[in-house]
Parts: sequence; C-alpha cells; structure tokens
Amino acid sequence: MLDGILAGLGTAVMPMNLMMVVVGCLVGTFIGMLPGLGPITAIALMIPLTYSLEPSSGLILMAGVYYGAIFGASSSSILINAPGCSATVVTAFDGNPLAKKGQAGKALAVAAYASFTGGTLGAIMLLIAAPALASVSLSFQSADYFALMVLGLSAVAAFSGKGQVLKAIMMTILGLMLATVGTDRSEGVERFTFGQLDLIDGFSFLLLAMATFALAETLMSVLKPENPNNSATEQKMMSELGSLKLTKEEVKSVAAPTLRSSFLGFFVGVLPGAGATIASFLAYGVERNLAKPEDKKQFGEGSLKGLAAPESANNAASTGSFVPLLTLGIPGSGTTAVLLGALIAYGIQPGPRMYIEHPDLFWSIIISMYFGNVILLILNLPLIPYLAKLLNIPRPYLIPMILLFSITGVYLVSFNSMDIMIMVAVCMAALGLRLLSFPMAPMLLGFILGGMLEDNLRRALLIGDGELSFLWERPLTLTFISIAALVLFSPLLRPIWERSKARAEYEQAKRKAATKI
Amino acid sequence: MLAKIKLVKTLIGAAVLATGLSGAVQADEVHFLIPGGAGGGWDGTARGTGEALMKSGIIDKVSYQNMSGGGGGKAIAHLIETAKTQEHTLMVNSTPIVVRSLTGVFPQSFRDLTPIAATIADYGALIVRKDSKYTHWDQIVADFKENPNKVKVAGGSARGSLDHLIAAAAIKNEGLDPMKLRYVAYDAGGKAMAGLLSGETALLSTGLGEALDMAKNDQVRILAITAEKRVKDAPEVPTLKEMGNDTVFANWRGFFAAPGTSEAQAEKFSDMLKEMYATGEWETVRSRNGWVNNFVPYGQFFGFLEQQEKTVGSLMKELGFL
Repeated sequence: MLDGILAGLGTAVMPMNLMMVVVGCLVGTFIGMLPGLGPITAIALMIPLTYSLEPSSGLILMAGVYYGAIFGASSSSILINAPGCSATVVTAFDGNPLAKKGQAGKALAVAAYASFTGGTLGAIMLLIAAPALASVSLSFQSADYFALMVLGLSAVAAFSGKGQVLKAIMMTILGLMLATVGTDRSEGVERFTFGQLDLIDGFSFLLLAMATFALAETLMSVLKPENPNNSATEQKMMSELGSLKLTKEEVKSVAAPTLRSSFLGFFVGVLPGAGATIASFLAYGVERNLAKPEDKKQFGEGSLKGLAAPESANNAASTGSFVPLLTLGIPGSGTTAVLLGALIAYGIQPGPRMYIEHPDLFWSIIISMYFGNVILLILNLPLIPYLAKLLNIPRPYLIPMILLFSITGVYLVSFNSMDIMIMVAVCMAALGLRLLSFPMAPMLLGFILGGMLEDNLRRALLIGDGELSFLWERPLTLTFISIAALVLFSPLLRPIWERSKARAEYEQAKRKAATKI
Repeated sequence: MLAKIKLVKTLIGAAVLATGLSGAVQADEVHFLIPGGAGGGWDGTARGTGEALMKSGIIDKVSYQNMSGGGGGKAIAHLIETAKTQEHTLMVNSTPIVVRSLTGVFPQSFRDLTPIAATIADYGALIVRKDSKYTHWDQIVADFKENPNKVKVAGGSARGSLDHLIAAAAIKNEGLDPMKLRYVAYDAGGKAMAGLLSGETALLSTGLGEALDMAKNDQVRILAITAEKRVKDAPEVPTLKEMGNDTVFANWRGFFAAPGTSEAQAEKFSDMLKEMYATGEWETVRSRNGWVNNFVPYGQFFGFLEQQEKTVGSLMKELGFL
C-alpha cells in the first residue's frame, strides 16, 4: 500500500497534474458560484476536454472540478441567498444573515476555512482508510437508511426559531407532502401530478430552495422594507465588507463544530444512499442540538457555528463519496455517476481491485485532493473582497439581478421553461407563508428527507416481508431510532428534570433555613 | 504550452457544445434533442454520436439541446409541437418510450414521431453477489418455487420498468407466476447494486454493460443474460435461451425525427448513421462507453418497435400494469 501511495504521490506532483488541479479548482469554483449550477453541470462540461488527457490527469481535473464547485457554491448562498448547488442550501441559513449584518467577509472566510478543513480531513481519511471503508458503505441497508432519515427529521427543532416549533413541524409536514408529488419511485405510479407532464418528475430540490429562499426573501425585502431608514442602514452595513479576520474566541467556537461536522459529513458521504446535501442538513441539526442555549438562539440569525457545520460537512461528504465510487464502483449521486462513466471511458473499472491494479491512479486522485484543498483556499481567500463587492451594488439593481440569476440558474439545469412558472408559483406561496412567519428551512428538510424516508421504509418493509421487526433487529437501525427518540423527547423531559432539580434546591434551601433557626 | 493551447481550444469547444442551441438552418447539420439532463445515458448517446459524426467529417455542424421534464415526455411533446422547424433534429430515445406510452405516461407513442434507427443495445442481466449461494439460474427457480419471498429481486427503477419486466419475464417463462415476484425498487442503478452487495436482496436485474463492469472486479456473478446467443465480451455467461427459457430482450437506444419527415430525409438520416458505423471515430466512442452495436435501419425500425410493443404489452398486462 505504501508503494502505491508513493507512486500516487509521484503521479500527483507531475507538473501536468498539478496544473490540472489548479484548472479544475478554478473552473469548479466559478461554475459553483453561479446560482443553481453545481458540480454535475461543471463535470459534464469538462468531459469532452478530458478525452485528450491521460487518465490520471483527466480524473484529477474532474475531481478538482467536483470539490471546487462545492467549495465555490457557498459564495452565492452567503452573498445573495441563492444556493450555488443543493449541497450549499443549508449554508444560506446562517451565511446570508451574517452577510446582511455586514459580516460578508467573515462569513465567506469561515466558509472557506470550514470547507478547507472538511475537504482536507476527508482526503486524509480517504488516504488512511479508503479500502477499509468500502465495508462501511455496504453495511447500510434500507432499514438503516430509513432510521438515519428519521434521525434527520428529529432535528426539525433545530431549523426553527424560538417558539416556532409548531409552525416548524407544520412546514416539515408540508415538505414531506411535497416530496410525494411525481412518479412514485417504488411503484411507478403518478401521484398528485393532475395529469401534468411537468410534474411527473416531481419538484426539484434546488428549485424549491431557490424559490423559497432567493426569490421569496428578495421579494420580501421589497414588499416589507421594515423601515426605510433601517433598510438604508442595512444597505450601508451590507456594503461594508467587514473584517476577514476571526477573533480568537470565534476560531475557538467554530473549531469543534467544524471537526465534528467534517467527520460526520465524511461518513454520510461514504454511504451511497445519502450524499452531501443530507450531510449538510444533519451536521446543522447536530450542531444546533449540541450548542449551548445562548448559542442556540444565534442559529438562523447568523451563527458562525451554523455556517461552519454545513460547509465542512458538504466538502467532507463530497470527498467521502469517492469511497464507494473508487473502491466499489458504485456511484452514490448523479455527480459520481458521471465520474464513474468517465473512469470507464478510460478503460478503468473502479472496484475492490482498483488500488491494486492501478495504484498510481487510485492514490494520485486522493493525494491530488489534498493539494486541491490547499489551492482552493489560496484561490478563494484573496477573492473574498472582490466577491463581497457584489453587495455594493445599489439595491434597485441588485434585487433584479438576484431574481434573474436565480431563475436562469434553475432553467440552465433543466432547460424546461415550465420550471420557471413552477418556481414563480412556489415563490408566491412562500411569500404568503413568510408573511405569516412560517419558517422555510423545515420545509426543505422535510422535502429532502421525505423521498428517501419513504423509499427506504418501503424497501425495508418489502425485504422484511411486511414485518416491522427490522426496527429492532438490526443494531444500526435500533441505534439511530433510539437516538431519534431521545432527541425528540428530551425537550419534554427537560421541564420535569428541571422541576425536580428546582424542588431539590428549594428543599435544600428550606432545610438550610430550618437549621439556621 | 502545447497542452495548454489544446486545453483552451477544447475548453472553448466544450462551452460551445454545452450552450449550442439550434442556430441558423443549414444543410448537413444535425441538431440533437436530448430528453434528459447533462450526464445521463441519453445525453452520452447523443453527444457520443454527434462526436463521431463530426470528427469523421460526415456532418459539418452538430448542436445539442437538453430538455428534461416529464420523464422525457416534455421533449417528445416539444418535437411534435414544433415539427415544422425541426427538419434537422434527431431526438435520442430508448426502450422506455415504448413502455411509457403503453402505460399512458406519455400521451404520444413512437407512431407520432418518425423512427429513424436504433444504434446500440444493452441486454438484460441477472446477477448475484460473488459469495452468493446461487451459482446457477436453476437454483433461483427452485427457491422461487419453494417460496417466492425467499428471492428478493432488486432493480434500479420503479415497478413496471425494464429491470422489473426482465426479471418478471424470466420467471414467467419458467412457467411460474410473475405476480409473486418480490421486486425491490431503487431510484438508481448504483443504489440497487449497493443493495445487492449489502446483502438485502438476492438477485439484481440490470443491464449487461453495468454487470460486466462489476464482474470484472469479482464483485458479482452473472447468472444469465437475455441475449439471443452468448455475447463476444462475456462468452462464459449463459443466455436464458440456452437454459430453455425464452426470455430474449434488448434495451435499445436510437433516434427519432419529427413527425411528417419525408421518406427521403428519413432515409438520409438512417444512411448517415450507418455510414458513421463504419468509421474509426465511432469505434473509439463505442468502445470508450462499452456500447454494443445493434443497428436497426429505417426500413426495419418501425416493425421492430411494433414487435417490442407487443411483447412488452402482453407481459405488462399479465403483471397487472395495463
């Protein structure tokens, strides 16, 4: 194995391959920054280019484009609330509020550092354990995925503001309902399509995120300029880049969430049935639940932790998704499926024997990721001041620009004009809900988890011949379900616990007082 | 430096390819309409064919247009609506066009278009894990006879789609009840493969191309394929037919022109694809993608589609999908 790694290092540092890392990261960053256009578009665009390259150079280029796109996609999420790709939807939850507070520079810097940490830790884990991790990818069955999705849903409280839990749950259910629109993925039956051809494929996650966040929020600021003076100050604040530097306390506060989310993201990425988007939602939920009460209030209002968690998780997950791809030949997402196609086009079949038969190729991809993350950081940090200048554009110009970019972003993914109309309709509904102060994030959580929740439950039931026993017969499933139950019921138990604690204190005080007398 | 120039050139090329929508109408050009997004199977077929056509000099100008929506139905409707201006357009499609118009998902069928030719094919393959107790198709049949629940069959698409139909047809042709087949649907081929390898299903119904890739790495064993006779790439894999099971099925990919295309123009399209077949450029593209040549020219394609519609239709009726 060490020979292989050394051979891979040799291949990775070849000038041509180093150049490919730079080109890949650069192209990926820029395509990722465009709202809506994510890694899959970026890679599909690069494929014709790779035919003329050596397999190692071509793959290093495409891998660079992949994680570069996820790296860059956070910028548009933070600056204009329009997610660059579905894996950075969560980034907008706290990133955009930070930008609005005049801390765009800091937000972009935290995102870059968190992405770097996630990507680098992911690459190191790949290097150490890629072949061994193959078995992890295969240890998950449908029942376990179902339990993992239940656990994800139990984090719903994390996606709602204070005192909004009921509204958050209602929106989660709305998201679950929206996930059922379209062709049912198990039975192939159309549901809630009203005979409309355009609804057969269901709603796209990116479209919903764009419509409910970028579009609705932008229009909201037109509709309800809370206070004309206020918006002027906000404008002024937004145009200020804010410091790029983080204070020592800030670094300290995001360090632990970044590390935890990197590991969580990586392992979620390793699972072929999950992916970077789910990883970012889970990481956000976990960090919110772990945060101290005073930090918790910050989530959704511009918390650095809430920004660092999804950013490190999505980059670690995109690195982790190379485990099933390279060691098993199984693509876990559309993007890795395109990469698999490219590998096969080179006559290389990824699988358990790849690192034995093509050691230099296998290891050079992994080692190039390490370089790639350093390069991304070097590329992105100096760009931040220029990117943040975007917010200097006066509002009357900025708002139509955001609308245009969001709409074209969605259109460029599907090339279906009906998507624009659906987007506008969803945006109108979202505006109404926002005016009634319903939170949008839980809807997205319900939507992204809903489809997988249903598919995996139905598969688990089919495989278990209709018995529910899979819930406690598989240790992994049982563990996830137990944690989910704990997360769900702990707020109910807390008052009881606090009351008993208070009573104990009261009695202690009484006793003390009694002894005094 | 040279590599850099080449890179820039191809980059520009890639950008042009990606954004190239139908421009001015000219002779000797082909506009490919792709009913799905970038990176999918249809996308690869159209862009591969376009690459071979252009590099071999048969066609001067090739453009592409991705149009997803409605599981491919959006593009079909678009081609019919705008037929008058689509004289240079070829839409890529495959077996699902037959299945989906049978189930009524598509209000149209291949009859509303002008079928030009099928170019490549993939056979169905039934595979198990390398360490599975099953080494022969007959063992699956025996277990199924004993208790159909014992043999869970995975596939990378919903019930009633090709993966399911192929497995069901194989069971039916053993004289067993295909309604009893426990089919577990996954939303992508890769996830179905992961399901098989994780041990939650016993058998996977998939395409031969994907099965061969996985078999090369010793992860799976191919029990049977749905080809007429054994294929060159895998001479050791038996066909269902030689085991006395009459399931023969090819999942084709091919091209369609707008309705109302003249006989002469359709012939021209078909001849153009045939000419491409003989070129080295096509061979490069084909072997790169692991496609199997299976040319059905204009004269025979319509009959081939009708035949497939009949076979698939009767099976779907039997399974209760129609």
